[in-house]
Amino acid sequence: MNFRKILALITIILLGIFILQAFLIIPEKGEIALNNFGKADIENRTAQLYIDKSVNSTNEQVIYKESKDKESGSANIVTSIVANYRALDTLGEVTVLFLAATGLSAILYNKKHAKSNFILKEDSFILKNGIKILFPLLILAGSYIIIYGHLSPGGSFQGGAVIATAFLLKLLSSKEYELDENILKIIEVTAGVSFVSIGLYGLYAEGSFLTNFLETGTIANLFSGGIVPIIYITIGLKVAVELTNIINDLMKA
Amino acid sequence: MTLLYSLLILLMLISGIAALIFDKLVNSIISAGMVSLIAAFLFYFLRAPDVAMAEAAIGTGLSTAIFIITLYKTEGRGN
Repeated sequence: MNFRKILALITIILLGIFILQAFLIIPEKGEIALNNFGKADIENRTAQLYIDKSVNSTNEQVIYKESKDKESGSANIVTSIVANYRALDTLGEVTVLFLAATGLSAILYNKKHAKSNFILKEDSFILKNGIKILFPLLILAGSYIIIYGHLSPGGSFQGGAVIATAFLLKLLSSKEYELDENILKIIEVTAGVSFVSIGLYGLYAEGSFLTNFLETGTIANLFSGGIVPIIYITIGLKVAVELTNIINDLMKA
Repeated sequence: MTLLYSLLILLMLISGIAALIFDKLVNSIISAGMVSLIAAFLFYFLRAPDVAMAEAAIGTGLSTAIFIITLYKTEGRGN
């Protein structure tokens, strides 16, 4: 054991003690305690405000298919946080994914652009024809998850991953199948630019970036939630294209 | 329900340890994908369907595929 290993061990033990001492803190009256899990007063916490869909106004109960013109009109609470209250974080996430895809492309760029013999020497009949049936169904499922992201569980990241899986299967099934990279590029750029321009229009119209500037409508209708479904569709396209591009690069490398 | 959760968590632990023990890397990758799959089931039963979908699509589907493609590209037949 050399000196550096001992130093690392001591640092880790100190950090561990520092983290674990949080459980020993005895809270003052009115403070939220870490060690009383499940007993905190959630009425006054931010999570409850998100569930009531009213951060700025009075708390009313949200009724499915009846409540109108709430702050965030999406029925799915996760979506109302991801694409509305914390949409800036989502922009950051999409940027991280974009940078990862770009880095991978830069490392794995292959001039020949030929899919080298991968796993199968010739096209398998069952794989090829099975995927012919599965491919449109997977695209449909992915699009449904993205478009209904503000109503039902799921959203742009999940739907985008499903669409990318469909293209992965298509690429596996046949050696002749090639993706047109220019179309991928155009979709990616358009989606990214429209996401940011929706945010900038919010800045222009309402005074802050990515604000909801459309009518939020009745909760749980397809056309509700203002800009949330539009943002989700742009992110969904962006994620799908980026993940497809990552797989395409890996296959060609 | 607690019994089901315990069983799923036990399976998850077993496949996680199996991923470390296996000699062939392909087996390890499949085993690691299995951890993600059981985690997705657990998320679904614990009423977090959003996370379950993400885990099933990304953890089980895409990342396993990416690992396998990388393995075959780097080591020939993945021994």
